[in-house]
Amino acid sequence: MKKLLIAILAFLPTFAMASSANAPAMEHANVDIRDKAAMQRGAQLYMNYCMGCHGLQYQRFERTFNDLGIPLDLGLQHLVPEGTKVGELMTSAMDTESGAKWFGAPPPDLSLITRLKGSGTKGQDWVFTYLKSFYADPTRPFGVNNEVFKDVGMPHALIELQGLPTQATEKQLVDGEMKDVYVGLKATGGSMSASEYDGAVRDLVTFLAYVAEPSRVDSEAIGKNVMIFLLVLLVLVFLLKKEFWRDIH
Amino acid sequence: MQNLINWIDARIPMTRVWNMHLAQYPAPKNFNFWYFFGFIATIVLVNQIVTGVWLTMSYNPSAEGAFASVEYIMRDVEYGYVLRYMHSTGASAFFFVVYMHMFRGMIYGSYQKPRELLWLFGMFIFLALMAEAFMGYLLPWGQMSYWGAQVIISLFGAIPVIGDDITLWIRGDYVISGATLNRFFALHVIALPLVLVILVFLHIVALHEVGSNNPDGIDTKKKKGTIAEDDKPKFKFHEYYTSKKDIVDSIPFFPYVVLKDLVAFTIFLLVFCYIMFFAPEMGGYFIEAPNFEPANPLKTPDHIAPVWYFTPFYAILRAVPHKLLGVIAMFAAIILLALLPWIDRGKVRSIRYRCEAHKWNIVMFAICFLALMKLGAGTADDLNKFLSRLFGFGYFAFFGFLWLYSGNEKTKPVPERIA
Repeated sequence: MKKLLIAILAFLPTFAMASSANAPAMEHANVDIRDKAAMQRGAQLYMNYCMGCHGLQYQRFERTFNDLGIPLDLGLQHLVPEGTKVGELMTSAMDTESGAKWFGAPPPDLSLITRLKGSGTKGQDWVFTYLKSFYADPTRPFGVNNEVFKDVGMPHALIELQGLPTQATEKQLVDGEMKDVYVGLKATGGSMSASEYDGAVRDLVTFLAYVAEPSRVDSEAIGKNVMIFLLVLLVLVFLLKKEFWRDIH
Repeated sequence: MQNLINWIDARIPMTRVWNMHLAQYPAPKNFNFWYFFGFIATIVLVNQIVTGVWLTMSYNPSAEGAFASVEYIMRDVEYGYVLRYMHSTGASAFFFVVYMHMFRGMIYGSYQKPRELLWLFGMFIFLALMAEAFMGYLLPWGQMSYWGAQVIISLFGAIPVIGDDITLWIRGDYVISGATLNRFFALHVIALPLVLVILVFLHIVALHEVGSNNPDGIDTKKKKGTIAEDDKPKFKFHEYYTSKKDIVDSIPFFPYVVLKDLVAFTIFLLVFCYIMFFAPEMGGYFIEAPNFEPANPLKTPDHIAPVWYFTPFYAILRAVPHKLLGVIAMFAAIILLALLPWIDRGKVRSIRYRCEAHKWNIVMFAICFLALMKLGAGTADDLNKFLSRLFGFGYFAFFGFLWLYSGNEKTKPVPERIA
């Protein structure tokens, strides 16, 4: 009977996996939320290119600077908008109504974007791939479309870094015929090379992953100690139980 | 010290209750793995109440402020994230533990005479727990909170004639709104916890009146005068139990069973804390990704699924093409469980001594339940609906088969005593 149970349990996941839509393949962001330098660079990119439209309304400047190792006076000088106090929330200057008027939909707050777009690291991968998936599309209001988020209202905010990618095709032999085959996005005219741009986007996603759950690193540090404590406790409780149960057998 | 104890005992039965229900309470000596979950469930309940009280201190039960206040707890409240993850992980842990506890009752026949009422109290706890979890899930006011509640409340709309009025009455508004959130908050933090605590108290009172079952399903309370003095356990049990029955093969609950439970509880805590500190979303099963966006009544999520512990019943609901019949099937799935003491006509309790068919029937039930759990979380395509009907049928067939073969069952000889 146990063999049968195991056989059936082994079969269970096969139909569990059966349901998944054919979404575009996600690239792995591979972020390290302990990499403070990456998060600092990401924060800088965020303030320069994203904050104008996308707020981080649940996160405070001061907490961010402390966690990222940015001295408060430096942060206040370079990263906080004028007239904002360091203890305030990182809200965007753009109000929802204007945002909706200009872009069709108000630019969403990004405090939790990497957790919203998928559990575990899937959300980080989504944002990473999304920021690398803009391409020229003259039919769209801002001249760009996105392969991950079709007909998105957002312009390519990092265009000066990446340049404007186009959907590149190559002549390839398919079933005995030469055909134009889509090979991916090719960007030209940006201030960064493709690998530099990848790095910048990774920094940005690292920063966003931090903002989505600023306590993650603390949580795991405490968690390790808790695990050690519980393992020691387990030994002690087990020995105590064994000692008492000698009365019984 | 003794003077103080005497002083208290003269005014409240402290020592008597301690002895009756802990130090001199007889528990069968052969408890196994499956017997840990009642103890663990009690502690998880305490965890939910204590962390819940602290969460309430910073939570704002309004449509405008709820989502932001949860993020405030996560970021600005000292160790707020620990409290919140203890509570969210605790909710899932509660259901895991309760499902294990219920399955224990099924395999060892703990619902059979004389434990019918004990089982019924347990089923009421399960119902209250489901209501508690459902209402608590609305409170973060995320997209899945909102639309999950929308789906569940709309089920009541399937009731003929008065359905629409009932949904209106539950919501307190024409749509789910701040009014709904406020009443769910009140019910989640005051009404249902009170009901739960009272039911748990009654569950334990009923348990201590009839005594625990055990993996062999053999009575450890024999007819008075049938057991020789030197055959009785060397432990002192409270005369409340010994005056009516001869107690055999038992040990005092404290310290023996408590210590054994504590070992199990520590292992449970290792798993619990690992999830809590390292993977509180549990891959999107404990905290769902769409819930990281505030509720938006104008935007329906692509895929609405309840949290994992509701999905078996949700799969049954979706498997039935007719809405009202689906709702009836879903509630029937729970009511049939409550009726187990009367559906099972068998005289032998434990799966160890019951017929071969019973073993296969229980295996089938477990597989169907797990399969439905998986199916209820998926999108309702044709394959999913087909499989939900198949396993849903299996779920109900369990009760039918049980009733049939238990009427005249070929059981193995049951030993007189626990080996």
